[in-house]
Amino acid sequence: MAIEVRIPTILRNYTGGAKAVSAEGATLDELISNLESAHPGIKERLVDQGNLRRFVNVYLNDEDVRFLGGLGTPVSDGDTVTVLPAVAGG
Amino acid sequence: MLTISQELVDKIIAHARADHPDEACGVIAGRGGVPERFVPMENAERSPTFYRFDSMEQLRVWREMDDRDEEPVVIYHSHTATEAYPSRTDISYASEPDAHYVLVSTRDEQDVEFRSFRIVDGVVSEEEVRFIP
Repeated sequence: MAIEVRIPTILRNYTGGAKAVSAEGATLDELISNLESAHPGIKERLVDQGNLRRFVNVYLNDEDVRFLGGLGTPVSDGDTVTVLPAVAGG
Repeated sequence: MLTISQELVDKIIAHARADHPDEACGVIAGRGGVPERFVPMENAERSPTFYRFDSMEQLRVWREMDDRDEEPVVIYHSHTATEAYPSRTDISYASEPDAHYVLVSTRDEQDVEFRSFRIVDGVVSEEEVRFIP
């Protein structure tokens, strides 16, 4: 088993159009690195200078990872990670 | 071109008026590019110059749309002191290339501006809005 990562429309150009891909890792950080090896370029859209980008929401199951442990959040087989770009502006 | 019912337009404007002087924001969900279901969202910033969907509410609403085979056909927000045109921040955070970005300005108490745009890769193009009864 692996971790399902749900990809928003705007990042599907990195996943060949796939809405969801699977990846592995013990933490969110590792998961994103694993994602990067299969889908080069995607990490930069999620992470900036070692932190999650401010206007990208990442959820582990039903929780915003900002309220868990950010990139250090532990993840395990069977979890679902959802990426949603924040809807924001001025 | 955005084709939208007058009823939905009235709901967007009423939301924008109610939250003035803070910016109001929300989504019209629908299928096949037709806006149908009005979903007002909380502006987590509660600000007259900025808006951001609350992240937990956004997850819930996005899942609901997924379950119903809907997409965010319209993403709307208000400007409360400036014209109904995407600001620099609106453009840099626009992340739904298939959505109609609707801007409403409540700066005039009598008159309301209601305009629609596509924002793709940092490029704004205004589109015609057709109101249907």
